[in-house]
Amino acid sequence: MTCPFGPEPDPRHGGGGTAADTAFAVLLEDSAEELYEHAPCGYLSTLMDGTIAKINTTLLNWLGLAREDVVGRLRFDDLLTVGGRLYHETHFAPLLRMRGEVSGVALEIRRADGDRIPVLVSSTVKTGSTGEPLLIRTTVFDARERRAYEQELLRARKAAEEAARRAEADRARLQDALSVLQQSLLPASLPSIPGVETAVHYHTASPDRLGGDFYDVFPIGGDRYAFFLGDVCGKGPQAAAVTSLIRYTLRTAALHDPDPVAALTTLNAALFERYTDGDPRYCTLVFGILEPDPDDGRLTVRLASGGHPPALVLRGGSPRGGSLRGGSLRGGCPRDGSPRGGADFLHTPGGMLAGIVPEPVFTTATTTLEPGDCLLLYTDGLTEARTSKDRTALYGDDALRAFAAGQAGRSAAELIRALSALLDEFGEGLDDDTALLAIGVPARPSPAPSPAPATTNR
Amino acid sequence: MDIGRRNNVTLTGDPDGPAVILAHGFGCDQNMWRLTVPALAEDHRVVLFDYVGAGRSDLSAFDPRRYATLDGYARDVVEICEELDLRDAVFVGHSVSSMIGVLAAAAAPERIGALVMVAPSPRYIDDDGYRGGFSRADIDELLASLDANYLGWSAAMAPVIMGNEDRPELGRELTDSFCATDPEMARIFAAATFLSDSRADLPGVTVPTLILDCTQDVIAPREVGAYVHREIPGSRLITLDATGHCPHLSAPEATNAAVTEFLAGLR
Repeated sequence: MTCPFGPEPDPRHGGGGTAADTAFAVLLEDSAEELYEHAPCGYLSTLMDGTIAKINTTLLNWLGLAREDVVGRLRFDDLLTVGGRLYHETHFAPLLRMRGEVSGVALEIRRADGDRIPVLVSSTVKTGSTGEPLLIRTTVFDARERRAYEQELLRARKAAEEAARRAEADRARLQDALSVLQQSLLPASLPSIPGVETAVHYHTASPDRLGGDFYDVFPIGGDRYAFFLGDVCGKGPQAAAVTSLIRYTLRTAALHDPDPVAALTTLNAALFERYTDGDPRYCTLVFGILEPDPDDGRLTVRLASGGHPPALVLRGGSPRGGSLRGGSLRGGCPRDGSPRGGADFLHTPGGMLAGIVPEPVFTTATTTLEPGDCLLLYTDGLTEARTSKDRTALYGDDALRAFAAGQAGRSAAELIRALSALLDEFGEGLDDDTALLAIGVPARPSPAPSPAPATTNR
Repeated sequence: MDIGRRNNVTLTGDPDGPAVILAHGFGCDQNMWRLTVPALAEDHRVVLFDYVGAGRSDLSAFDPRRYATLDGYARDVVEICEELDLRDAVFVGHSVSSMIGVLAAAAAPERIGALVMVAPSPRYIDDDGYRGGFSRADIDELLASLDANYLGWSAAMAPVIMGNEDRPELGRELTDSFCATDPEMARIFAAATFLSDSRADLPGVTVPTLILDCTQDVIAPREVGAYVHREIPGSRLITLDATGHCPHLSAPEATNAAVTEFLAGLR
C-alpha cells in the first residue's frame, strides 16, 4: 500500500484549491489600514473633550465631509443632530465617563447635505498605564434598515400598550354594567315591615359577580308581604338572565294572586314555555307570604317549595310558649324566657323544580313565628360547602341545624352575621353562589315600654 | 410613604457635618456624583438621591402629572429635606437640578441655605433677547431621540424592575442600569426640563449661590451662565476649564476645588 506524499486534500476545497488560494491572497493584501479605512462601519477616535483625532473613510463618505474639515476641527457631537447632541451630553457622555464603554445607543448623524442617517454608536475609553483616560474610540453602524424595523416594533409595542389600556377600560366599563345588572337581580334593600326584622347575605362565586341565586321581599297589599329565595340551575350570565325572568314573574304573579302555589305555578308556566326548546332552565325556590298580626306580634308564614332545601325555624323561646305554633318543634321552648331555644327544618318534601315539567307539584307549609323566632331561608351553597381538610366532606343539613340551634333567640341580623362569618371560615370550600334570608320577629320586650312580659318571666 | 426608598436616598460622609445634597440632572442618576462624593465626604453629611422615575427610585411612585413640571421634582427635594430634617443644607444641582434647587429653596427656605449650580440653564429655548441655545424644534428632536432609544432603555431597565438585587450574577446588568430610566418617565422629565422657563425665579434667590459653567458646553453655553450670574443677586460665577455638560465627570478636580472652597466660605 502506498501513501500519498503530503496532506490529504481538504474535501471542502473541492480538490482544486486555486480559487481558494486566490481568495486567501486577496485577504492578505487587505491591510489593517485598508480595513480601517473602508470597513463597513464608521470609525473615529476623539480626545476626551470630543475633538475628532482620527476618522475613517467610510464615515467621511457617509457624512459627505472631507477629512481636513473634520480632524482637529469638529467634535463628535458636532456630527449629531441637535436632539441627539442633547441626548449625547445628558446621557451618553456621562455614561461613557462612568463605565468606560457604552454600546448600541441610537443616534442620528447629520450629512453635509442636511440628510440624516440613523446610526448605532458604541464607544470605549482607552486608558493609559495608570488608568487615566486617553481617548475615546467609537464605532458607528448604519442603522437605517434596523431603525425602520425598530420603528415597526415600537409601533407594535405602542399599539399593544394602547390595546391593553383599552382592554382595561373595557373591563372596567363591563364591570360597571355587570354590577348594575346584578343590582337589578336583587333588591337594593329590603322593605321595612312593622314588627318584622329581615336580613340577607349574598355571596357570588363567579368572578363577574353574576349569581344564580336570588331573593326578594316586597309588599303585596294590605299588611301582607311576599318573599322568595331560590337557586337557578347554572351560574354566570345565563343564570342571571333566568334570575331576572323569575324575579319579575314572581313579583307580578304575587300581586295577581298571592297564594304561594299559584305564584309558583305561574312561574313554572313562564319558565317552561320560555326554556323548553333546546336550553332548559329551571330553578329551586321557596315562595311565601308574611301576614303579621299587629295585635299579638305574631307573624304567620305560608310558603310553598319547589324542590328547594327546607327552611329552618329558630325558636327563641319566648314566654308565650310554643303551643300556638304551626311548624314542628324539636328541642322544646323553655318558658323561662332564656334565649336558648332550638332549630328545626320546616319540611316541604316532594316539591318539584320549577320550569322542568308542565304541571309540577309544589309542597306547602305554614308556621307562626313568635317574638324571638326566626325563619331562615338559604341556598345549597351553604349546605354543600366543602369542609374538612381535604375538602371532600360537605357541611350538610345536620351541621347547619346544630349551628342554627346555637343561634336561636338571636335577631335576624345577628343570625345572618353569624352565618356570614361561617361562610368566611369555609374559605375556598365555598365554591357556589350562596344566598341567605332571615325573617324574624324581634323578641320582646327589650325596647318595649310595657313591663308585663318581664313580670311574667318571674 | 417611605421617602428614603422612594427616592433611593443614600447618606454618606460625616453624619455630624453640615449637609450637602447632590442632585443629578436629566438623563442620569446619583451615580453621576461618584467623583464628587470623596471630596465632600470627609467634612460633610452627603445626601444623594434619585428623582422619582430615575435610577433606582421607586418607579411605582411616578405620577405623570406631578412630574410634568419642575415643581414636582422640587417637592421631592423638599420632602427629602423634611424626612432627614435638614436645615440650611447646601444644595448642589447639576443642569436642570440647579433650577429645581431654586424652586426648593423658595418653597422651604429654612431647609436650604446655599446653592451650587453646575452647568445651569434657566431656559433652553431661545426667546426675545435671550439665547438659550436651542429652538423648540431641537427639543422636539430630543424627545424623538428618546423614543428611538425606547427599546434599548426598556431592556436596560428590566433587571432593575425585576428586583434581582440580591443575585450577584446580575451585577453586570445592574451596572448597566446606571442612568437608565423608564422611557415614558424620561420623556416626561425631558419635557419638564427642556421646556421649562425659570428665568423669573432667579432674582428671588436670596441664599449664597455659586454658579459653575464650562468653557465648552453645548447645553448650557457660557452666555447662559453669565445670564444666571447676572440675575441672581450676589452670586459667584466660576468658569471651569472643562468641555461638555458634566464638569464633575470631565474635570472633577477643578469642580471639587470650586465647590469645597465655596463650602468653606459658608462656615
